[in-house]
Amino acid sequence: MTQLTTSTGPAFSRIVALGTARGENVVSNDEIAGPIDSSDEWIRQRTGIVSRVRANPETTVIDLAERASREAIERAGIDASEIDTVILSTITYPHITPGGAPVLADRLGASPAAAWDISAACAGYCYAIGQADALVRSGQSKYVLVVGAEKMSDWIDPTDRSISFLLGDGAGAVIIGASQTPAIGPTIWGSEGSGAELIRQTSSWTEIREDESLAFPTLVQEGQSVFKWASFKLAPVAREAIEKAGLTPADIDAFIPHQANMRIIDQMVRQIGLPDSVVIARDIADSGNTSAASIPLATERLYRDGQVKAGDVALQIGFGAGLVYAAQVVVLP
Amino acid sequence: MAYTETEVLAGLADIVAEETGLDAAEVQLEKSFTDDLDIDSLSMMTIVTLAEERFDVRIPDEDVKNLVTVGDAVSYITKL
Repeated sequence: MTQLTTSTGPAFSRIVALGTARGENVVSNDEIAGPIDSSDEWIRQRTGIVSRVRANPETTVIDLAERASREAIERAGIDASEIDTVILSTITYPHITPGGAPVLADRLGASPAAAWDISAACAGYCYAIGQADALVRSGQSKYVLVVGAEKMSDWIDPTDRSISFLLGDGAGAVIIGASQTPAIGPTIWGSEGSGAELIRQTSSWTEIREDESLAFPTLVQEGQSVFKWASFKLAPVAREAIEKAGLTPADIDAFIPHQANMRIIDQMVRQIGLPDSVVIARDIADSGNTSAASIPLATERLYRDGQVKAGDVALQIGFGAGLVYAAQVVVLP
Repeated sequence: MAYTETEVLAGLADIVAEETGLDAAEVQLEKSFTDDLDIDSLSMMTIVTLAEERFDVRIPDEDVKNLVTVGDAVSYITKL
């Protein structure tokens, strides 16, 4: 009888290195308040955002992804040719096909790495970390490049009061490889498709093709419903990620949630029951909501501000359009 | 179990006080959440969620906009 050989891998994986890229321009609340009949004070009070960072018109989402990836590869001390898997999480790559990941892999010199995009919106980075962890531990992949990259500013309506004013551009990349010790906890993830309309593209491409009066699509959200879902329904997911990693909230050094809204972050901290000793990532104040890029960007900010160091234990949770969510505990590189 | 109007008002007053820092005594039936108590849309969702937990009821998101005054909320919850 013919018997197949299957791959086997190391017991553990880890984040080897992190790289980031931010948009070139700081955009203040005053610059965007006019078209939404708002003010700096209103935006700060509702969102905690003081300014957001957006990219130049000519900068593409792949440009941002490439910058972040090159920094991660350099810090990992590996050659791009050692990367055998590239996962790009983005909702702002302006092609239905081909995906952006093969293009990114080629630019980096990582071809013929397996390369694909995932569409899990603001949960995409944590979804991709979960995939990469499984791929490394199964022996399927040696080094996985995970990138969350977004050019949200291509998909905004300056007159939209629901989400556009929150959004910024950037990318975060990590290399996932084998580890001698446990460094990525189980990913707790899921979806609630019944809430698919809560954060959405205004019109589908086929609707736009058939109705010339429809504008180029942008993003919109039902802000109050999203606030309620994220603030109150996801705490059990975060707590389960801690528990499945064999830890308690007191073991967590840093909480790095998707940077959607400061009010959501504050409420999540309360609902999860994190002790005061936990450092809370609040990069949204200066970066805005960068979707799949927000968790790695917020992580970089914590390093830069001296709030975390290599070896610290971080709880990260992504959540967004789908609805989708994912959380895991990781050891920071 | 069903709650009386007095019980719901007292519970709501506690929740509003906790969320906003207002004195619970200011939470009266005729007060508007927005105009009198200066509660914004996100704080309102927090209050509604905490009220759902406290009174074991479900208040659909689309109904929240109809809860203009404290009395509207008390009436809504007692009739569920």
